[in-house]
Amino acid sequence: MGLEAYLKDTGFITTQVNAIIAWARKSSVWPMPMGISCCAIEMMAVGDPKYDIARFGSEVMRFTPRQCDLMIVAGTVTYKMAPVVRKIYDQMPDPKWVIAMGACTSTGGMYRSYSVVQGIDQFLPVDIYLAGCPPRPDNLLHALMKIQEKIGKTKASQFHNVPLKEEGVKLPELNVIQKN
Amino acid sequence: MDLKTLIPQKLKEKFPAVEFEITDYKDELTFKFDKKFVVEICAFLKSDPELEFKSCTDITAIDWATRKNRFTMVYNIFSMKHNFRLRLKADVDEADCKVDSVSSVWRAANWQERETYDMYGIKFNNHPDLRRMYMPEEFEYYPLRKDFPLMGIPGSLPLPKK
Ligand code: SF4
Repeated sequence: MGLEAYLKDTGFITTQVNAIIAWARKSSVWPMPMGISCCAIEMMAVGDPKYDIARFGSEVMRFTPRQCDLMIVAGTVTYKMAPVVRKIYDQMPDPKWVIAMGACTSTGGMYRSYSVVQGIDQFLPVDIYLAGCPPRPDNLLHALMKIQEKIGKTKASQFHNVPLKEEGVKLPELNVIQKN
Repeated sequence: MDLKTLIPQKLKEKFPAVEFEITDYKDELTFKFDKKFVVEICAFLKSDPELEFKSCTDITAIDWATRKNRFTMVYNIFSMKHNFRLRLKADVDEADCKVDSVSSVWRAANWQERETYDMYGIKFNNHPDLRRMYMPEEFEYYPLRKDFPLMGIPGSLPLPKK
């Protein structure tokens, strides 16, 4: 049952501002599709009706970095491409997150050669490394859910990189006042 | 007349001063000659009405690493008229790492020569725009040379700061 159904009956809810901001943020993560090579095809598949990223509020793939929260780096990043990826990342407004999608992006993958960056964490802060060549669309959805979990744990006042593993930060869930 | 006999005959008639080394391996005809004559011979093969090698499919080089003439230029050309492919080769020494550009003959050669320059460091005289193709302009090495390490030279390609 959605929130609206409760609101119709009681008209109010109680919660913390931190919780509601985190809840709003994590339910509308707008991705920046940094599709550089073959992994991007799986990223597109995530948008189709079968996998349907819209269920997570992330269907608005923005092609301008200024409207994005999450950069999905999908593909082989070469040394020549690296400054471009970084420039686009720098243009995204804070707070922002990064998924390194696929073996190439995480470690250089099968391209153990002079031209490919052996892991984009050499020049970008990465939140999630996603294994696979390419990762299945469900894997990408899982990564998105992990990002949502991370956002949900972050206080609005300190919206910058809280590690996923840090257990101390836990915000209350949304409390909806039940009808008696 | 068969093209395989016609082409050598025509070339020898037209360029008596040039020494041709002709091989016919697996039905692929190859001519090897001195690099001085590259442009003249290419222009002739293209413009001769009986041959018309109008398409320059590929230009590349080979690095032999230890041989006396370290590099060999390779031109793969194609005649649409006869559906016939021909390969031209010319040795280039490392001490004089230059060849005349054939981009005046085939415009397609422009980028192919840029690629060869980028990967092997062979310079092309009279090339209209000899810049690197794949690697960044500041890069100082030539990746397809045999002495270039597979993982590159650490620090030679700058990354943005984290
Ligand atoms: S990880 Fe595999 S599928 Fe993804 S970009 Fe690299 S080679 Fe392509």
